[in-house]
Amino acid sequence: MLELNVNGTVHRVEVEPDTPLLWVLREQLGLTGTKYGCGVAQCGACTVLVDGQATRSCSFPVEAAVGQPITTIEAIETHPVGAKVVEAWVTAQAPQCGYCQSGQVMAATALLATTPKPTPEDVQAAMTNICRCGTYNAVAHAITLAGEQL
Amino acid sequence: MEGPLAAAFSAAMPAGRPVNVSRRGMFAAAGAGLFLGLAIPGRAPRAQGAPPGAALRHAGKVTAYLRIAPDGKIHLQNPFVEGGQGIDSAVAQIVAEELDAPPADFIVTCAPPGEDFRVMQGGNARFTGGSFSVRSSFAHFRTLGAAARAMLIEAAAERLALPAASLSTEPGRVIHTESGRAIPYGELAMAAAALTPPDNPPLRDPTTYRFIGRPLPRFDVRAKSTGKITYAIDVKVDGMLLAAVVHAPRAGAQPAAVTNEAALRAMPGVHSVHRLPGAVAVVADTWWRAKTAVAQAQIAWQALQGPVMDADFTAETMLGRLKAAAGTHGNTAEEAGDAAVALTTAARVIEAEYDAPYLAHAQMEPPSATARFNADGTLDVWVPNQAPDFFQASAARAAGIEAAKIRIHSPPLGGFFGRHFAYGAANAHPQAILLAKATSRPVKVIWSREEEFARDAYRPLSYATFRAGLDASGDIVAFQAAGYGEGPITRHFGAARLGNPPIDGSIMEGLTGKPYRFATKRVEFIPVPHPPGVNLGFWRSVGHSMNDFFFESFLDEVAAATGRDPYEMRLALVAHSERHKALLNAVAGLSGGWRRGPYDAPDGTRRARGVAMASPFGSEVATIAEVSVSDGEVMVHDLWVAIDPGRVVNPRTIEEQVQSAAAIGLSSALFEEIGFERGEVTTRNFDTYRVLRRDRMPRVRVAIIESGAPMGGVGEPGTPGVPPAVANAVFALTGQRLRSMPFGRTRLSGA
Repeated sequence: MLELNVNGTVHRVEVEPDTPLLWVLREQLGLTGTKYGCGVAQCGACTVLVDGQATRSCSFPVEAAVGQPITTIEAIETHPVGAKVVEAWVTAQAPQCGYCQSGQVMAATALLATTPKPTPEDVQAAMTNICRCGTYNAVAHAITLAGEQL
Repeated sequence: MEGPLAAAFSAAMPAGRPVNVSRRGMFAAAGAGLFLGLAIPGRAPRAQGAPPGAALRHAGKVTAYLRIAPDGKIHLQNPFVEGGQGIDSAVAQIVAEELDAPPADFIVTCAPPGEDFRVMQGGNARFTGGSFSVRSSFAHFRTLGAAARAMLIEAAAERLALPAASLSTEPGRVIHTESGRAIPYGELAMAAAALTPPDNPPLRDPTTYRFIGRPLPRFDVRAKSTGKITYAIDVKVDGMLLAAVVHAPRAGAQPAAVTNEAALRAMPGVHSVHRLPGAVAVVADTWWRAKTAVAQAQIAWQALQGPVMDADFTAETMLGRLKAAAGTHGNTAEEAGDAAVALTTAARVIEAEYDAPYLAHAQMEPPSATARFNADGTLDVWVPNQAPDFFQASAARAAGIEAAKIRIHSPPLGGFFGRHFAYGAANAHPQAILLAKATSRPVKVIWSREEEFARDAYRPLSYATFRAGLDASGDIVAFQAAGYGEGPITRHFGAARLGNPPIDGSIMEGLTGKPYRFATKRVEFIPVPHPPGVNLGFWRSVGHSMNDFFFESFLDEVAAATGRDPYEMRLALVAHSERHKALLNAVAGLSGGWRRGPYDAPDGTRRARGVAMASPFGSEVATIAEVSVSDGEVMVHDLWVAIDPGRVVNPRTIEEQVQSAAAIGLSSALFEEIGFERGEVTTRNFDTYRVLRRDRMPRVRVAIIESGAPMGGVGEPGTPGVPPAVANAVFALTGQRLRSMPFGRTRLSGA
């Protein structure tokens, strides 16, 4: 039995300790806003915040998350920076198919929480998520918009 | 322009049949009292303003599509599947215009299979692809919206005891201007239900459009920014089990035995182990446990039936087969004059050959399917798909029950680009159906990313040869092109559907249909099959995805060989077409005026530009790319794309689609290729199948030209111009001619 603090709530889960956090979120906790894309920390669709750090949950064993606050896309609008990111995403109309965007929003939230006025190089370093719809320019624009509100 | 894709799908549509459970499933669940009425079957009202020849067979079936709830929300069933292209919003925008309702009041879902929703090809086909959705349904949805508005006015007239002619509408309500009375649509919907839709409802004068042509926001952006969309992979059904599969390393092999089955069954959460056609599945209480177990399965693979991929098959094997067919006399796809004779008298002949690799769709959502057999003998299937009727037919074959007993649910797609057609072994739903049957439980199958890359239906590896005969002054007097191979149309619809002479449009489009005028021309198709174990699919812009690269690069070679500027040469070759001249002028203007270079950019890099044209899916596109070279690789700084889709419904969506299409075009140009070794796919995840990321995304600027020509597509046309524009820029910069994609394979000299 593991105890997880997800979005401010403590959950007890019965699961193999090496199970990736992604699958505990999706299958045990029903939080399907976090997406499976590649399973090998390449694409970033599974990005969540673990103690504020953008983390690829597909390759992060759940046991390593015990004792740390986990924030997923489901709680993003209660996050002071995340709420601004979402508004900017809507204004910029960043998503197309949307599948990668949970991870993009989480990665941008982690970036802007520490670096409210990121340089293009900061964005490049933090936003390595793959978007097959090619929304990279719209996402960059949204990050700029969100930064203006911080 | 209906195109080979639409023709193939139309001819192959499953037979229309009475549908018991699937049609209007959403409405039935919502309660009959809210309907506008029962569907009016079998009538074919012909709307004024409909394009000639476009029979609007289903535009009078208002209630199959629309339900207006008492709260004023307008529920619309869309024949097309939303996957990021904005089709839910676009269709609502069209209906809103004629219904006279606020677009924001619409709630759009994907319609079930069924005759009522076959709005394409004269009311006989339905699929989401070929950049076909808006242009094929524009007249249908205008008429449908207008018919619904007329019914609401009629209902209001009866209620107010006033002549209908004295009533009008404003968004969301019927008004009587004289008295100032107004009735919201939500209060009239039930009464309108009893009325017969008019045959020829008046359509709005396009000069008074308020919604069509405007950059309205897409509906689903907030939900997609907060993780609230339920994709197929997120579907949850009570009591369901989860399944993970491994496919045979070489396609065609079958699982003769799972030798450690007992050990797998003893693993945590495991329910059962199953041998499926070409795959082994583990079913468990969670997908992660199923995947963990199936990864440890020890499987004896055997050729129990049919061909297995050759043990020495590689992509180079296939390219060799295509090249070996060069020079064979092919089927004539286009011909003008006698190019063969003209070639013999040409002062000079220029020849080249080009190739492009197998490509994966690499949509971000891995495939999944959920199947649930119900006590009443029906079957529910949730599956990402671009053609619900085809999936219903294929589910019926897998389940062994009649199609009418199957509900196909079509969730929003986490990307598609052609991935989600009925592709036989590339689809997960037959596995889900077999497993649900075997376990007597609902089952959701999810393919890992590795399984997806190994069993996608690939854009075919392709090859083309060109020959241009020039006269003494350097003008093209003979032009010959040949495309080789097998396309997804041959593979999935059969050679019998290729016409006479047989031409696979999915291999030939882009070699054909070009706007240039040559004194003589011959374009031919030379069929060469791919192995049965390599599945073939439609990939964003289909044949154009490779052929416009081939053709436009070769044209650039001719320009270089004759000392002509490639932009000026194209202008001369389209001198007969005001539309294409305007397009070239527009893209040049967008880029600050045509200049080929090389020149020094302010950042110290040496740069040059290339230009290309494409005529995909009824639209016309011109593209300019600006590049530099760094560490032997091409860096694309800017793309300028001018698109003429004839007419525009939502300019913002068009710009977004061009951005997206350009990105995937550049991705294919630079990086993408499926690799095979020993008959097995070696590129099994994003670490080995490289796609475009942020670090290589250029600025993309888009000009939309509304020429008034018949409406063309917008989802794909931005793709095919990018690879040749980049390759032509590389040539201008380095003198190196790229004749093979992806360009990342070729080390470029510095400039």
